[in-house]
Amino acid sequence: MSTVERAETYPLPALRRRTALSPVRGTAFAYKWELLKLRAQKRTYLGLGASMIVPVAFVLALVFRSGGPTDITLGKYLRQSGLATPFVVLEFMSIWGLPLITALVAGDIVASESHNGTLKTILTRSRERGEVFAAKIMATATYTLAAVVLMAGVGLAAATAEWGWKPLTSLSGPKVSALHSLLLLLGTLGVYLLALLGIAAFGLLVSTVTRNSAAAVVSTLMFALLMQLIGALPGTQSIRPYLLSNQFTAWHGFLRVPVDWAPIGHAIWLSGVYIVVPLVAAYLVFLRRDVAGD
Amino acid sequence: MNAGVEPLVARGLLKRYGALVAVDHVDLTVASGDVFGYLGPNGAGKTTSLRMLLGLIRPTAGSIEIFGRDPLRVGVHALDGVAGFVEAPKFYPYLSGRRNLHLLADYDEPRTRGKVEEVLELVELSDRGDDRVGGYSHGMRQRLGIAASLLRSPRLLLLDEPTTGLDPAGMRDMRELVRRLAAEGITVLLSSHLLTEVEELCNRVAIIRKGRIVYEGSLAELKRASGHTWRLRTTDPQRAWTIALNHGVRELARSDGELAFAADDDTVAALTVALGQARIGITRLVSQSATLEELFLELTEPGERAEAA
Repeated sequence: MSTVERAETYPLPALRRRTALSPVRGTAFAYKWELLKLRAQKRTYLGLGASMIVPVAFVLALVFRSGGPTDITLGKYLRQSGLATPFVVLEFMSIWGLPLITALVAGDIVASESHNGTLKTILTRSRERGEVFAAKIMATATYTLAAVVLMAGVGLAAATAEWGWKPLTSLSGPKVSALHSLLLLLGTLGVYLLALLGIAAFGLLVSTVTRNSAAAVVSTLMFALLMQLIGALPGTQSIRPYLLSNQFTAWHGFLRVPVDWAPIGHAIWLSGVYIVVPLVAAYLVFLRRDVAGD
Repeated sequence: MNAGVEPLVARGLLKRYGALVAVDHVDLTVASGDVFGYLGPNGAGKTTSLRMLLGLIRPTAGSIEIFGRDPLRVGVHALDGVAGFVEAPKFYPYLSGRRNLHLLADYDEPRTRGKVEEVLELVELSDRGDDRVGGYSHGMRQRLGIAASLLRSPRLLLLDEPTTGLDPAGMRDMRELVRRLAAEGITVLLSSHLLTEVEELCNRVAIIRKGRIVYEGSLAELKRASGHTWRLRTTDPQRAWTIALNHGVRELARSDGELAFAADDDTVAALTVALGQARIGITRLVSQSATLEELFLELTEPGERAEAA
C-alpha cells in the first residue's frame, strides 16, 4: 500500500511525552489561570465588591440610626465592641447574600466555558480533564474564601473604627478579651466557610451538568433558599441538624464559655458531606461528558 | 503491516445520538505527509468525527489511534504532537490574543511560551496581539486558532473548515498558510465542504455523506474510476437506445434524438460495433469527462441527482 511506504520515508514522531508536567504542576498552572480568568471577569468584582460594600453599609446604617437588630445573635452588643459586627454580618448574609455571591462564580465557572466554547480549547491541550476540574474547584474555593474574609475583614475594620477594639460579651455572659475574640472570629470563618463551600460545590455540579450559567446560578441560590425554607417549616425539627443552612450558625459554639465543640464538629463533618458528594458527582460528569457545541 | 505509526487511523468510528447516527462506521487513514481532505456537505458528520479524534466526545463504537496511541485509553496524551480545532476556534473574549496564547502555552508546557511571538508573527497578528479577542474579526480568530495550534509544534494538524466565513483574500491567505505548513512536513487533516479547496490543497480525500464514507483515495483516482459520459447521435435513436441498454451502459438518457450515457472505453467500442452490425449510422459520438463537481454531487446527493435526470 502506497501510504505505508510513504509513512516510512518520513521521520517517525517521538512517542514519549514531551510535555511532561507532573499532574501537580499541571494543576497548579491551570489553577493560576483560573484565578487570572476570574480576575478578568466582571462578575468576580461584582461578588467581591458586594462582600465589601455590605458590611460598610451595615455599619453606616447603625451609625446614622439608633436602635439596631436585637433579635439576632450578638445584635445588642454591636455598639459595645467593633468585634461583634463581623459575626452579625456573617449571620445576616448566610440567608441569601453569601450564597448568591458564591453562586455567581461557582455556577458560572464550568458553564460559561461550555457556552463560550473555550472548554474544547483547553481540553485539547495537554492537561487531563481531572487537572482542569481540580483547578476549577480550587479557584472556586479561593473566591469563596476571599468573599468571606473580605466581608468579615471589612466589617471588622469599619466597626472597630467606629466602636473600638474592646472585649466582646460572649453568648454565655462573661466578656472575652478582644484578642481572644479575634481568634474566635478566625475559627468562625473556618466553619462558616465550610458550609458555604457546600453551596459552592452544589453550584459547580449544576454548572457542570446544565452547561448554562444563568440556570446554574439561579438553581444554586434556590438550593440555599430551599434549605432555609425546609428548616423553617413546622415538623422538620428532626432533619434540621442535617440541613446545610443550619451549619451557618454552628460558630455560636465558639462564643460560649467554655467553647461548645459539639455543633462545630457536627458542622465540619456535615459540610464535608455536602462538599464531597456533589464534587465527586460533578467530577465524574466532567470526565465523561461530550464536549460538543452547546 | 506497519500501520501503528500512521499519524491517524480510525476504524469503525460510530457516534449515535439517540436514534440519529451522526457518524456511521467511518474508517480513516491519514499517512505521514498527507494533506488529507475530509470532504462532505454541511451536516454530513465531519465535525462530529473530528471531535471524536480530538477526544472531545466519546465514540459509541470504533477505535482511534493517533501516532499509535488510543485517546480513550491514554487520555489527552494521545494528542501529543497533535493540534487543531473543531468548528470555529474559541478563545476567552475578555483576554487579549497574546494572553490567550500564554494561557494555552501554560496548559501545555510553560516552556512553549517562548513560541508565542513567533506564531503570532506567522499568522500576522503581532500588531493586534494586545487587543481583546472579543474585538477580533472572524478571520483574525481563525488565524489565532492556527497560531494556538502551532504553539504545540504539531506533526498532525486537524483543521475543521478553516476558511469558512472568510472573505476571498482571507481564504487565499489561509490556504497559503496550510500549504506552507504542509511543505514544512506537518501532516494535515482538513475538513471542508468546498471541493475546490480540497482539490487545491489535498493529495488524498475521504468523502463523507450522511455519516458514511462514500469514497477514500486520491481525487485523480476518483476522476479516473468514474469513467466518461458520452453523447451519441445516430440515424435511429429508437433502436440505438435498445442496443445501448443491452450493452450495459449506465445512466442512459435521451433528449432531442440524442443519447447520453456513462460507460468505459471497452463498452463504447463494443457498442459502436453493435450499432454498425445493426446498420445504424453514427453521426456523432462525443466523450465528456465529468467534472469533479459532478462526481462530488453524485457521491453526496445521489437521490437528488436521480430526480433531476
